[in-house]
Amino acid sequence: MVLGKVIGTIWATKKYETLTGFKMQFVQPLNSELKPIGEPIIAVDTIGAGPGEIIFFATSSEAVIPMRVPMAPVDAAIVGIVDSINSEIRLEDK
Amino acid sequence: MILGKVIGTVWSTRKDEKLVGSKFLIVKQLELDYSITKNFVIAVDSVGAGVGEIVLVATGSSARQTSITQNKPVDAVIMAIVDKLDIPETKKID
Repeated sequence: MVLGKVIGTIWATKKYETLTGFKMQFVQPLNSELKPIGEPIIAVDTIGAGPGEIIFFATSSEAVIPMRVPMAPVDAAIVGIVDSINSEIRLEDK
Repeated sequence: MILGKVIGTVWSTRKDEKLVGSKFLIVKQLELDYSITKNFVIAVDSVGAGVGEIVLVATGSSARQTSITQNKPVDAVIMAIVDKLDIPETKKID
């Protein structure tokens, strides 16, 4: 799973049928110091995160599991909102 | 998922037999301001997208999680047509 920040929302009326009712959010991946890494991606929101919040998301086919549907073409899903991070090892020290 | 714009269609007569009947579209990846990047992907269409539309593309094994791509050699599927983007922080966060 990857840390990220919600930076925007997407409206899509026409989507694959099992995705109906799910919100999709733009997520900027972050490192442990909350600095942006890589390009923003789109993730399905399964917990109700909002723009500006720090979240973590699951990628690849495991992203379907929190949606509680048998099949959905989803490769990233927000699965938690971060309250706080306590990290002693910083990525840049490695 | 990635944000993309459909720019063309791929016709293929000789292909894996499981792919018969699938519609292949060329999707160029977009930045958050709708500018087109160099990256592109050939994706199977599951929602009825057409040339010129802004779409979302799920990649990897998640692309097989639709009724029309199940158990087929597909690694990218168009799963939503975008109506609107809402990005409060208009410039990319850095």
